[in-house]
Amino acid sequence: MKRVLLFLLAFLPALAQAQMVTRDGVTLTQTQETRAEAIGDQLRCLVCQNESIEGSSATLAKQLRIIIRQHVVEGDSNKSIMQFMVQRYGIFVLLKPPFTPLTYLLYATPPLALIIGLLIFWVARRIRVTPPAPLSAEDAKRLDELLQ
Amino acid sequence: MAMSATRRRLLFGIPLALAVVGGEGFYTILRRMQRNDYDPHALPSPLIGKRPPAFSLPGLNGGPGFSNLDLLAPPRPMLVNWFASWCIPCVQEAQMLDWLTKNGLTIWGINYEDKADTAAHYLAQNGNPYTRIATDISGLTAINWGVYGVPETYLIDKTGIVRWRYAGPLTPDIVNGTLNKLLRRYS
Amino acid sequence: MIPEIGHFALALAVALAFAQGVVGIFAPGLRDPRAMRATPALAISHLLAIGASLLCLIYAGIVSDFTVENVADFSSSAVPLLYRITGTWGNHDGSILLWCFILSLCGGVVALFGHNLPASLRARVLGVLGLVSGGFLLFTLTVSDPLARLWPPPLQGAGINPILQDPGLAFHPPVLYAGYVGFSVAFAFAVAALIEGRIDAAWGRWVRPWALLSWIFLTAGITLGSWWSYYTLGWGGFWFWDPVENAALLPWLTGTALLHCAIVVEKREALKAWTVLLAIATFSLSLSGTFLVRSGILNSVHSFAAAPGQGLFLLVLLGLTIGGSLLLFAVRAPVLAAAGIFAPLSRESALVLNNIFLCAIAAVVFVGTLYPPFVDLFFGIQLSVGAPFFDQTVLPLTAPLILAMAVGPLLPWKRADLAPALARLWLAAGVALVVFLVTTAERHVVTALGLAGGAWVMLAALTDFAERLRLFRVPLSASFARLASLPRSAIGAALGHLGFGVTILGIAGMTLATQKVIVMQPGQTTELGGYSWTLEDIRSAPGPDYSQRIADVTLSAHGHPFLTLHPSRRNFAAQGTVTDDAAINTNGFQDIYAVFSDEPAGGGAELRLNRHPLAPEIWFGGLIMALGGALSLSDRRLRVGAPARAKRKKPAEVAA
Repeated sequence: MKRVLLFLLAFLPALAQAQMVTRDGVTLTQTQETRAEAIGDQLRCLVCQNESIEGSSATLAKQLRIIIRQHVVEGDSNKSIMQFMVQRYGIFVLLKPPFTPLTYLLYATPPLALIIGLLIFWVARRIRVTPPAPLSAEDAKRLDELLQ
Repeated sequence: MAMSATRRRLLFGIPLALAVVGGEGFYTILRRMQRNDYDPHALPSPLIGKRPPAFSLPGLNGGPGFSNLDLLAPPRPMLVNWFASWCIPCVQEAQMLDWLTKNGLTIWGINYEDKADTAAHYLAQNGNPYTRIATDISGLTAINWGVYGVPETYLIDKTGIVRWRYAGPLTPDIVNGTLNKLLRRYS
Repeated sequence: MIPEIGHFALALAVALAFAQGVVGIFAPGLRDPRAMRATPALAISHLLAIGASLLCLIYAGIVSDFTVENVADFSSSAVPLLYRITGTWGNHDGSILLWCFILSLCGGVVALFGHNLPASLRARVLGVLGLVSGGFLLFTLTVSDPLARLWPPPLQGAGINPILQDPGLAFHPPVLYAGYVGFSVAFAFAVAALIEGRIDAAWGRWVRPWALLSWIFLTAGITLGSWWSYYTLGWGGFWFWDPVENAALLPWLTGTALLHCAIVVEKREALKAWTVLLAIATFSLSLSGTFLVRSGILNSVHSFAAAPGQGLFLLVLLGLTIGGSLLLFAVRAPVLAAAGIFAPLSRESALVLNNIFLCAIAAVVFVGTLYPPFVDLFFGIQLSVGAPFFDQTVLPLTAPLILAMAVGPLLPWKRADLAPALARLWLAAGVALVVFLVTTAERHVVTALGLAGGAWVMLAALTDFAERLRLFRVPLSASFARLASLPRSAIGAALGHLGFGVTILGIAGMTLATQKVIVMQPGQTTELGGYSWTLEDIRSAPGPDYSQRIADVTLSAHGHPFLTLHPSRRNFAAQGTVTDDAAINTNGFQDIYAVFSDEPAGGGAELRLNRHPLAPEIWFGGLIMALGGALSLSDRRLRVGAPARAKRKKPAEVAA
């Protein structure tokens, strides 16, 4: 009996995650709710347009939250749920733009900015240590005369 | 190693060059906004170039409603207009819709997240330009269309393909400009 | 009558500003001392004129004069007095008048407190400020007139946006503008120096206090704005990478770089072209931000209702100001000879690295904010760049910044060895490592990095401070003596870095925030973050221009209630909107945050409950940074060059 109980105890963390929560009328496990929130945080609320659908109080945001949770309960992957949204609203609904040739420049900016910055520093050092140009023969003669 | 004077000058000129390019870009964007070619707040609809998604909605107060099968091959380009009785801009465009139907354009309406009696009252008060009306009480069909507010208007051509989506009340500017052009293109 | 006086004052201000501009720029070239002296007088009269105009607009708001279109559109007599006053700048036209006022204030302050500047430099600085002011005042007067009249006046105004009816509204815009617009002074100094063709240590010493002053206000303004959105918008977010927020962050990033560069110019006469470029860039970013928000190009929750026609006018102003100054830079800057040479490893290099990292972050924010409109312009595709993108690109870039900013202050000028400096940071490194390991054990790696980074920066700042006092190396009494004679700018700098570390800690703490959204009935209890939250009651209460529904929530720990919160929902009948008023309780190290987000038809209340560890630190850090800046500013050496004066006196006495 004791061994059975100990065995069951091992599942306690899993049970904690299996605890049910209700959000916007949909009942799901805590793990599922966390996943749904993570998806929602990546999607733009189209009514308020500067909030994610997780944070927005708009009716459309609530409807989309319900749809996301229903899909999560059914076991759909994050990718397919995002696809669902993009199919209906376009890539504008994604708060982080997809990594396509269109956005290569955008995603390249952080390393590019660092490289260009360091390059400018290096180039600037080379400008600074420029010695003055050597005098032409005429100027050298004038200098001699002046110094005499 | 020395760097020539001209190369130095060119280097110092880079910020100016960037600013000029940026300025040109902003200028172009502003001009396009003035000509209504660009609206940063508007969303392009993914339905453009495609047929409306599968749906079948009931009608208003016992009316027949319609489904996507009814939109497969309209005899002429037509509009599908999403509206609601609680939507103030819808009242603003009611007159315009009326004018459009009087000038031969077919408009079908979908009543969004509304109640039957208030919708009927709205139509009685503001006129009914819709040849056919369907009701989307839950709003789920709207989500499948990518509707994110009311009023929204979709232009469907003779092959049943969506060619244009406008979010907001139809104004004379939009009708005389964009809509007219599109109707001519797709008739 | 009063609005008309205000209108006249505005027109007068345009004339005075342009006069100030023309006289200021040309007088030094003509070597006319009277004209040069006239410039400060013009600057002050310009300030008085626009001050009068602003006061008239505020007065119209106070008495609810609906013949003024601005008051009729954005205020009403039901609005409380504080918001009738501060609502003046809660809309496009009023806020641009405030913008112009602050710009003229900059000129006025330079006129009043710039005695130590050479007359020609002061005249040119005021001249540049005058021209910029003139342009914006002309814009305000012609296209964006807040004092335009409306006849017949409506019986009641449209009322103020409920979100703006908040004490934060009173302070956030003026403070932010003081910072944002304040960098015009550094800009004017840069342009004046380019015109004069001379940048030396003296210039660096003169420009630093002005850059520092605007930096203090900008830091405070951004901190206030972030805190305001945290307690107003109701879901515990404090930074959304909204385009308008980015527009304020960009000048802060380059302004911080400018501040650090100015030190190098003053001490070592190096990095001159860099400093001038940063001064121009910072104000240019402020201007661009103003343009983007008001032109309607960017999609933002903050943006004012805009007309493309106004946008074009602003673009022209931008073109003249930014284009003109950058053209001047391209032509004149190569002439500026660089003097100081420094080794690749030295304090100068550390400062340059700091600048590179700050500018790299600025570049990412800039590109990310402007990517959507330009992609739409070239490809006709609309994408959005939101918070997830910025979080994932900017935060990694702060890592090298955090590492370097700890080491920099400990390096000597001109040439340094890395090993001794790193050795002195043993305590900071050790504590950071411990913090990292302890937090990673709980499997929160990002939080661990953030907390370790914050600890590293804070302890490094304290190490720098201790080093200056030679703490524990000499007897304590000697350290105290050193403390008394320690220049305030050194303490201020350490405080600045310390504050930044505190903010990093706060942001890291927020990654551990816990949240729950739940519909509760009165009497029900739920668990979150180790506390029991009980909804006691839901009740109604009246307000000045709204009706309220309040939920009473009690928190208990181990069965003992210790806190009651009253989140409420406010229904503003006039606008037909409902806002959620968050109830926040703080103990300095953690925020308890509850929002009454909905009242479902079935009864009960939908509540969003949050526990935010270390949230207050985010804004404490900003405050500490601003205080550090203020302390630095109060250093007399920075402002009046006191030692130089004493030296000048001596020869005269000897001669006598």
